[in-house]
Amino acid sequence: MSLRRLAPPEIQPASFAFNDANEKRVVREISKYPPGRQASAVISLLWIGQEQEGWVSHPMIEVVGKRLDMAFIRVLEVATFYTMFNLHPVGKYHLQVCTTPPCLLRNSDEIVKVCEKHIGKAQMTPTADGMLSWTEVECLGACTNAPVFQVGSDFYEDLDGPIMEKLIEAFRKGQPMKPGPQQGRTGSEPAGGPNTLIDPSLYTKKPETA
Amino acid sequence: MPSRKLIIDGKEIEADDNLTLLQACEQTGAEIPRFCYHERLSVAGNCRMCLVEWVGAPKPQASCALQVRDIFPNRDGTPARINTDSPIARKAREGVMEFLLINHPLDCPICDQGGECDLQDQAMGYGRAAFNRFHENKRAVEDKYMGPLVKTVMTRCIQCTRCVRFATEVAGVNDLGATGRGEDMEITTYLEKAFASELSGNVVDLCPVGALTSKPYAFNARPWELRKTDSIDVMDAQGCAIRVDTRGPQVMRVLPRLNEAVNEEWISDKARHACDGLVRQRLDRPYVRRSGKLQPATWAEAFAAIAAKVSSTTPDKMAAIAGDLAAAEEIKALKDLMGSLGVKNLDCRQDGAQLGGERQSYLFNTTIAGVEAADAILLVGANPRWEAPVLNARIRKTWSNGNVQIAGIGVTHDQTYPVKNLGASVEVLDQMANGSHAFAKVLHDAKRPMVIVGADAVARKDGATILRLAAKIAADTGMIGPAGTAAEGGWNGFNVLHTAASRVAALDLGFVPGEGGRDVAGIIGGAQKGEIDFIYLLGADECDVAHLGSAFVVYQGSHGDAGAHNANVILPGAAYTEKEGLYANFEGRVQPAHRAVFPPGEAKEDWAILRALSDVLGKRLPYDNLDALRAAIVADAPQYADHHEVVPHAGATQTNWANVGASGPLDTAHPLASTMTDYYLTNPIARASVTMAECSRVFVTGQSKMAAE
Repeated sequence: MSLRRLAPPEIQPASFAFNDANEKRVVREISKYPPGRQASAVISLLWIGQEQEGWVSHPMIEVVGKRLDMAFIRVLEVATFYTMFNLHPVGKYHLQVCTTPPCLLRNSDEIVKVCEKHIGKAQMTPTADGMLSWTEVECLGACTNAPVFQVGSDFYEDLDGPIMEKLIEAFRKGQPMKPGPQQGRTGSEPAGGPNTLIDPSLYTKKPETA
Repeated sequence: MPSRKLIIDGKEIEADDNLTLLQACEQTGAEIPRFCYHERLSVAGNCRMCLVEWVGAPKPQASCALQVRDIFPNRDGTPARINTDSPIARKAREGVMEFLLINHPLDCPICDQGGECDLQDQAMGYGRAAFNRFHENKRAVEDKYMGPLVKTVMTRCIQCTRCVRFATEVAGVNDLGATGRGEDMEITTYLEKAFASELSGNVVDLCPVGALTSKPYAFNARPWELRKTDSIDVMDAQGCAIRVDTRGPQVMRVLPRLNEAVNEEWISDKARHACDGLVRQRLDRPYVRRSGKLQPATWAEAFAAIAAKVSSTTPDKMAAIAGDLAAAEEIKALKDLMGSLGVKNLDCRQDGAQLGGERQSYLFNTTIAGVEAADAILLVGANPRWEAPVLNARIRKTWSNGNVQIAGIGVTHDQTYPVKNLGASVEVLDQMANGSHAFAKVLHDAKRPMVIVGADAVARKDGATILRLAAKIAADTGMIGPAGTAAEGGWNGFNVLHTAASRVAALDLGFVPGEGGRDVAGIIGGAQKGEIDFIYLLGADECDVAHLGSAFVVYQGSHGDAGAHNANVILPGAAYTEKEGLYANFEGRVQPAHRAVFPPGEAKEDWAILRALSDVLGKRLPYDNLDALRAAIVADAPQYADHHEVVPHAGATQTNWANVGASGPLDTAHPLASTMTDYYLTNPIARASVTMAECSRVFVTGQSKMAAE
C-alpha cells in the first residue's frame, strides 16, 4: 500500500455537485440513518461521488462534509483510509486486475504484463486519451473464473493474454465488449463443457421398485 | 457499586466493575506502561503497550481496553489471576516495543523530547538491546504544519492518536485527524490548516514521543538543565497551576501542573507560550522624565522625584490604579500607602467593572470543578473560550458528559459546544429576570443551574443593572440554595467570570474608591480636566493611560507598555515569575506564585518598592518582610491564610442577593458582547511576546502563513 494523499491542487476541479439522479440517491442514503447520525452515510456519499466523477476530489470531500455536517478532516480520514476511493483521476475505464493466488495460479501475471504494455507501466495512471487506467487489486471473489478484472461493476473473466489485448482495444475505442466469461462458457460451468452427471439416463424416470 | 475480586500479581483486590483492568492494576501499585491510554481521553487501545497476562486466557490482554466487569473468575470459582510482570507480559511488551521501534528514528540526541520521552523511558524497560532483526529502511513521514505553537517531526510519530482525541474531545475542534492506514497512517490537520485552539499547546505534553514538540521552545534547552518552580498562571483569572522551568536568569518554558480543582492538567496557550515576553520590553532600571524625556535614574532619584510631587499635592488630587497582573501583596502595600496619605481615589477595575461589596457577588461561586455538576448554564456577555480557555474545556466536558442545557445572551464566538443563542439584547436578560423568557423556565426546572456573567457585561455603563438582573435570575431560579452537593456547602450558581488575575484579590482587599473617591473613569477624566495631579499606576496598562492630561504619573511595573510610555517616573517591578505573590482566582481560591528567577537589572519585588517608597514619603509601612505583609493581609481578609482552598459558601444566607448591583436603566442601544478582541494580546507580558504576536497574526487577524517554517 502506498501513501494516500489528495491529488495536487492543479488537477483538482473548481467545484463539485451531485447530478440530479445522484442527488436522489444521496437523499435516500442519508434517510437511512436517524437524524444526527447522518455522518454514517459518508462512505455511501463518497462512493456515489466517485461513480459520478471517477475519483474523489478535494471539492467533493468538502461538499460531502458540508452535506453531512462533518468536519472536513473526518471525511478526509475516510477517503484516505479506503483504497477503493481513487484520490487521483483514473481512466474512463479503470481496470482492476486481480492478482491474488487463485488468479495468480491461473497466470494473472500475463494479464498484468498486457496491461503494462498496452495501458502503461504505472498503475492508477490514465492513458493520454484518458480512456484507460489499471491497477492491481486483492481478491475479487470470482476465483472459479480466474483470472479476472473488474471495470465499474462489471467483471471480465476467463482471461488470457490475447483476450486481454482485445478487451483493452475495445475499451480504448469506447465500445466495451460483453462482460462475463470470455472463453465461451456460461457463468462458472466447467470449462470445455460439462463432464459429470452427463448420462441422460440419470434424468429419465425409472419405475419404482417394489 | 458492583465489584469483583481479582488477584493481581498475587495480591487479591476488590476491583470496581467500572474500572478498566489498567486502573485496577494501578490500584495495587503495579506500573503499566502505556502510550495511547490517557485518563482524560477516550480509550483507543491501539498501542498495545499495556498488555498483561490473564492466566488461562489464550493471549495477553490490552489492560486499558478491558473492563473489570468483563473478567470472569476461573472455572473453580477462584478469582481471575492477572500478572503484570510475568514472562508472558514482558515478552508481549518487548514485542510491541520492537514493532514500535521498527519505524521510530534513532534521533534522540537531536530530539526535543529527549530526557522526558515516554518511548525513551519505556525502551529502557522493554527494549531488546543489541537485538535487531529489521534491516529495511525506516519509514519517513513528511512534517505537517499545525500552527505557530506545535512543531511536528512526524517520522517520530507512533500513531497513538492522543493528540487527535484531545483536539476532538477536550479542545472541541475537529482540526486533527489520522489519514491513511497501516504503516502509512499520518496525523495531520486538514490540508495544512493551523490547529486553531487556545489549548493547542497541550498536545505537546500529551505526545508520548517527540513528534509534536513546542515550536517556540525548539532546541532551547534540555529538561535536565532546567530548574523547576511550581507557580500560578496570571494570564487569565483562572489561576491555573503551572511549573516554571528556568535556566540561569531566564524562564525557558511554562508547563501545566496537575490541579483537579482548577485546571486538571491543561493550560491555555497564552499561559504556556507568553513566557518569551518576560525577557522583552522589560523595565530594568528606574527612569525619571526630565525636560520631556525619560532618562535613566537611580532608585533614590526616582523616589525623590515622587516625594517632591507628593508633598506638593493634596490627597484629593492624588489617585492610584492597580493593574491586572498585580499580586495581593503590592495591592495591599499600595492601598496602605495611599491610605496613610489620605488618598481615596483608588481603583482596581481598569475596565470599569461595577463589582465590589459582598464577596459572593463578584466570585465564580460554583467553583470550576462544580461546573461539572451543573445541568443548565446561562452565559451573559461572556466568551469563556477566550476569557478562560481551561474553564471552557471544563464546560465542554460537562456538556459532553450529557445533561446540560447551555444558552447565551450576547455570546458571539464558537464556544466548542452548542450554545443556544438567545440574542444579544439586554432586554432578553430583563425578560429572563422577570421570568417571561422561555429559558427562565429551563433554569427554574434545573436542579443545579448556573449563570456566568462575563467581565465585559458588568463593565458596561449599565453594568450594575446587569449584575442586579443576573443576581435576581440567580435568586429567583433557585441557583442559590441547598439543592447542590453537600461538599460544596450548598449550590451557588451565581458566577462572575473575571479576566484579570489581580481582580479578586484587589476587590477582597478593598482596592476600590473610598468615600467620595473617584473610580478609574473618574480618575482619568479628572486628570484630563486637571483635577487629578498625581497618579500611581501599579502595572496598569489596560485603561486609557495615554490621556492623563498633565498629571504626574508614576508607573510601577515590569514591562514598558502603554502605562510606562506616559509616565513621569518609572519604577521597575517584577513579573509574576520573579516574585512571591498571592493571587486569588475568580473562584476566590488564594494560591501562591513563587519566584523562579530574579527580576532583571535593578528591578525589585513590587511590595518592597512600595515599602521603600513609603519610607521616603515619611509614611513607613508597618511590615519589613513578606511574612509580616501577609499577616497584615490575613488580618484584612482571613481567607488569605488558607492557600489553594475555596472558602465554602453557605448559600443564600450570607448575601442579600436583592442588593447586588444597582437598579437603573438598561442600555438597550448596545448589544451584550465580550469585548476581548484578541485573546493572545491581553496583557503587557503577552504583548511583549513574539510568540503571542505570531499567534494573533495566524489565528485572530487571519493572515494564515501556510506551511511556513
